[in-house]
Amino acid sequence: MRRGGESESRGASLSELSFVDMVRAYRQHHISSAKTSGLKLLASPMSSAMTWLVIAIAIALPSVLSLALANVDQLAQRWDGRVSVSVYLRQGFKPAALQQLSASLTARQEVQALSYVSPEAGLAEFSRNSGFGDVLSGLDANPLPGLLQLQLVGGLDRAQVATLQRQLQEISLVEQVVVDLAWLQRLHQFMQLGQRMVFMLAGLLALGVLLIIGNTIRLAIAARKEEILVSKLLGGTNGFIRRPFLYTGLGYGLGGGLLALVLCQLALWLLSSPVAELSKSYDSEYQLIGLGFNHVGFILGGAVCLGWLGAWLAVSRHLHEIEPR
Amino acid sequence: MIQLHNVSKRYPGGFEALSNLSVHIEPAEMVFLTGHSGAGKSTLLKLIMLMEHASKGQVLVGKQNLGKMPARQIPFFRRQIGVVFQNHQLLFDRSVFDNVAMPLLVAGYQPRDIGRRVRAALDKVGLLDKERLNPIALSGGEQQRVGIARAVVNKPPLLLADEPTGNLDPQLSADIMKLLRQFNELGVTVLIASHDIDLIQRHNKRLLNLKSGQLIYDGPASEMPQPTAHGELVR
Repeated sequence: MRRGGESESRGASLSELSFVDMVRAYRQHHISSAKTSGLKLLASPMSSAMTWLVIAIAIALPSVLSLALANVDQLAQRWDGRVSVSVYLRQGFKPAALQQLSASLTARQEVQALSYVSPEAGLAEFSRNSGFGDVLSGLDANPLPGLLQLQLVGGLDRAQVATLQRQLQEISLVEQVVVDLAWLQRLHQFMQLGQRMVFMLAGLLALGVLLIIGNTIRLAIAARKEEILVSKLLGGTNGFIRRPFLYTGLGYGLGGGLLALVLCQLALWLLSSPVAELSKSYDSEYQLIGLGFNHVGFILGGAVCLGWLGAWLAVSRHLHEIEPR
Repeated sequence: MIQLHNVSKRYPGGFEALSNLSVHIEPAEMVFLTGHSGAGKSTLLKLIMLMEHASKGQVLVGKQNLGKMPARQIPFFRRQIGVVFQNHQLLFDRSVFDNVAMPLLVAGYQPRDIGRRVRAALDKVGLLDKERLNPIALSGGEQQRVGIARAVVNKPPLLLADEPTGNLDPQLSADIMKLLRQFNELGVTVLIASHDIDLIQRHNKRLLNLKSGQLIYDGPASEMPQPTAHGELVR
């Protein structure tokens, strides 16, 4: 665009046109190009709608996936604060030792809450929940160890939790320490993998959008080949010739972006009630993260840029072909 | 106005359309370019309007060396040359008026100026009453006149015409030539490629005769030697 402006101002010195006239003509050509491009898109609504829809799907797919990841991430962050540690005690500990341990653990600042599950209580719960009640009643002795369940305070990082785990392990009364963190770490790893995959997918689909728009513009160019050649022979700058096609590409991008927003919103709307029910079953009031201002800006801006770039590439390629040799 | 120094044009594949051609055309001159098809007439015009670059030698138009012109200056160079194309290159998706207005639109003229200049040009070629028609509705001679109106609408100092009377009957051809001559009388340099020797000889102007890419005659049209039995001209 800038190049067109520069070169057209250069033309003022060659012809009898004043600079003001050139700038005015430049602006008018922008307006008329935008207008005719818009009208042309609307003149063939079916084929335009098809192109818009293809672009919209290609943009909406990674957008919805990335929203889904953002939601999972938010859920994971909520659970971050609920790290629980199971401390299994050695067989045959003395009640006094247990009390001392409980007191010292409660005093630690990492520990928010502590509860003791005696071997008897553990066995009772296990036989109730597992359905092995008959088998268990046949046992001579209770095989279950005593269990201290620690609920840690929120905001601890992995290193702090690991340190706590090591310190607990060193206590003579303690048989084994199990931190309920492994699944969370795995979840984070999956999230990172997911994010990377969404990026890759978005990159590939962006390339797809570029090709779709480039190809659509190529067809528009083929239909106006004569006009381009004549404009070029009569002294049209590349910027002048490119302009209407750039607006057409922009129109495809903008329409596709808007339609992508509609598709994303539709997906969110379809997901919101199952998510609400699911979160109710977990006794929480989880609200889906929707499309924010940033998302909308990114999707629309990205779509418009892709449209513009696709058109620019297509026209430039054609213009290069008809340069003098 | 136009200077060619030892210009050769070789196309990919080895065909040499022009070889070692040197020509000098003064401002406000009217020159005919003739020769059989394939002699290099169109190639010469294409070099002058920068549709193609010379393979060797120098082409200067209005003191500008075309070989050294950066690509982004080519459009502004072309605006100074009016071209009447062999197949007239009119666009049939718009009216006669819009066709003639194209060079002005491309150059950035204001609508009020465009209207005035387009009507002046159409008046000159006698088609003022046809401005609203689609050029497809016009006869061959009228289409060619629209092409001439478009070529002169922004008053270029140089006018090139490639077979402007190609498919026209003698009367229409004579009209077209008369029209081109009128522009020359206003000071425009005119270069016309044509194989219509009879028509050319009626205007006693300078004639360049090309054969196989070489200049074999440069002088007044009336003095051009007649072809020999082999169809060749004697120098």
